[in-house]
Amino acid sequence: MRLRTRTAYAFLTPYLLVFLTFWIWPIANSFWLSFLNTRSANWTFNPRMTWGRLLVDPAFANALWNTLLILVIQVPVMIALATVLAVLLNSPILKARGLFRFAFFAPVVVGEVAYAAMFRLLFNEFGIINKMLVAAGLTSIPWLSDPNAAMAVIIIALTWRWAGYNAIIILAGLQSIPEDVYEAATLDGVSKVRQFFYITLPLLKPVIILCVVISVIGTMQLFSEPFLITNRGGPGQATETLGLFLYRQGFGAFNFGYASAVAYTITALAIAISLLNLWLGKERE
Amino acid sequence: MRSKSSAERRRGIALHAALFPLALIWLFPLWMMFVFSTLPENGIFSRDIILTPSDQFVENFNLLESDTGFIRATTISILVAAAYTVLSVALTSMAGWSLACYRFAGKGVVLATILGTLTLPYFVVVIPQFIMVARDFGLHNTLFALIVPPLFNSLGVLFMRQTFSMMPHELFDAARVEGVKEWRIFLFIGLPLARPAVAALSIILFLHSWNNYLWPLLINSKPAMMTAPVALGSLIGLTKVSWGGIMTGAVMLTAPMLVLFVALQRHFVAGISAGAVK
Repeated sequence: MRLRTRTAYAFLTPYLLVFLTFWIWPIANSFWLSFLNTRSANWTFNPRMTWGRLLVDPAFANALWNTLLILVIQVPVMIALATVLAVLLNSPILKARGLFRFAFFAPVVVGEVAYAAMFRLLFNEFGIINKMLVAAGLTSIPWLSDPNAAMAVIIIALTWRWAGYNAIIILAGLQSIPEDVYEAATLDGVSKVRQFFYITLPLLKPVIILCVVISVIGTMQLFSEPFLITNRGGPGQATETLGLFLYRQGFGAFNFGYASAVAYTITALAIAISLLNLWLGKERE
Repeated sequence: MRSKSSAERRRGIALHAALFPLALIWLFPLWMMFVFSTLPENGIFSRDIILTPSDQFVENFNLLESDTGFIRATTISILVAAAYTVLSVALTSMAGWSLACYRFAGKGVVLATILGTLTLPYFVVVIPQFIMVARDFGLHNTLFALIVPPLFNSLGVLFMRQTFSMMPHELFDAARVEGVKEWRIFLFIGLPLARPAVAALSIILFLHSWNNYLWPLLINSKPAMMTAPVALGSLIGLTKVSWGGIMTGAVMLTAPMLVLFVALQRHFVAGISAGAVK
């Protein structure tokens, strides 16, 4: 490889301009903004109005709690389901593979708005889910007006939307495990279930951790689902997430400084939880 | 021998018995989206459980069109997704080529910055981006605002860099010996060789742009400049609005992507796997 400095820069510069303008500069700018009181005409340095307020704002604490609750319940359930799905879809004796893959992978291409509208209608008080519950002899549930039920709807919707996405990633990991490992185990009389726990899972660990990290970062930014399905985080503030809280502060109240502090909190939490996952992954080796 | 094959058959039955109901549950929302888009309003909220489509799709779509200019919004969405995909592929494959093929001062810093900020949540930039584009540039409610700021996405840079790195560089060197200019080597040798990668990247970028919601919601709030997801989202939660109409919009946003997905499943899967490893 030769040194062709000028050519290299010519190829790189157009992208770099966009990258610096719309990504690197805003990252720095938002950190600075998080110390400014943006509620006055002249934005002045006053972290007590942003970081100070964050510590005592019950609405922020509520959004943080809701986000972590969704995280703790939804991510493990979804990753476990995605792992099982990937293993089953990878089975050589599976018939109609294309059809099954379509069923679980199709949600990946469905947009947030379309699927949010759908779930809002499905779980409407007079919607088809309740009609089916009643037809099955159960009672209907006020899905969107009961705080816990509304949280459940968000978790169900997220799982529907993202389980297949994670299964695709895990499936790619599965297909990189060499066949002969399983052949040897089968010859030694190891059952399929034990093969799953003692061969597949340990070998999949890096991929699964990757999925957890991606999901954590996604959950920290949860916005469209509570915005659209549960009508701006309702009932009350029962499903308000950090993402929705940031939207309200930034673009409802136009309090950019405070919203930037929230943005940096989301970032710090996402990084901290991701690092924790990576560390736990290493620890157990 | 016989016992082994019957054990195999039992496992096969158990496998399908587990997957089949789950697949039905997974398909149910999409199927009902389609069914609702064809039902009259009193059918969606009737006491009966209706699981099969009716014939009111066009009527429902007309309701949607009168609730919000959905055709105009869809036109904007198509324009934006197409322009974004072409521009992003162009910019990121050039950058990827540069990082894969040359040594130059600052290369390490550029790569480290891209990798180091890759997983930062989008929320960290949304406020400054909004202030810059809406207040400083005064470019809210424009196509520029929808297309250009999201071009920062660095997924393509890493994906294309890796693609170009794995190519036999003797090929490029041979062209250089012949005196072929660098941009011609990129355009006529590198890029054609990278066609599968470009296809996977294009599909993922188009999908991202087509479904993008938060940024278009913030920056283009004027009804005449809304994208299709934003226009549709603006109806959700209103009281006097046709749910059948909303469902036709949801179908029109979703169906083309499902067709693309079925036709190009391999590229989708490649793109998603690459996106995960980004």
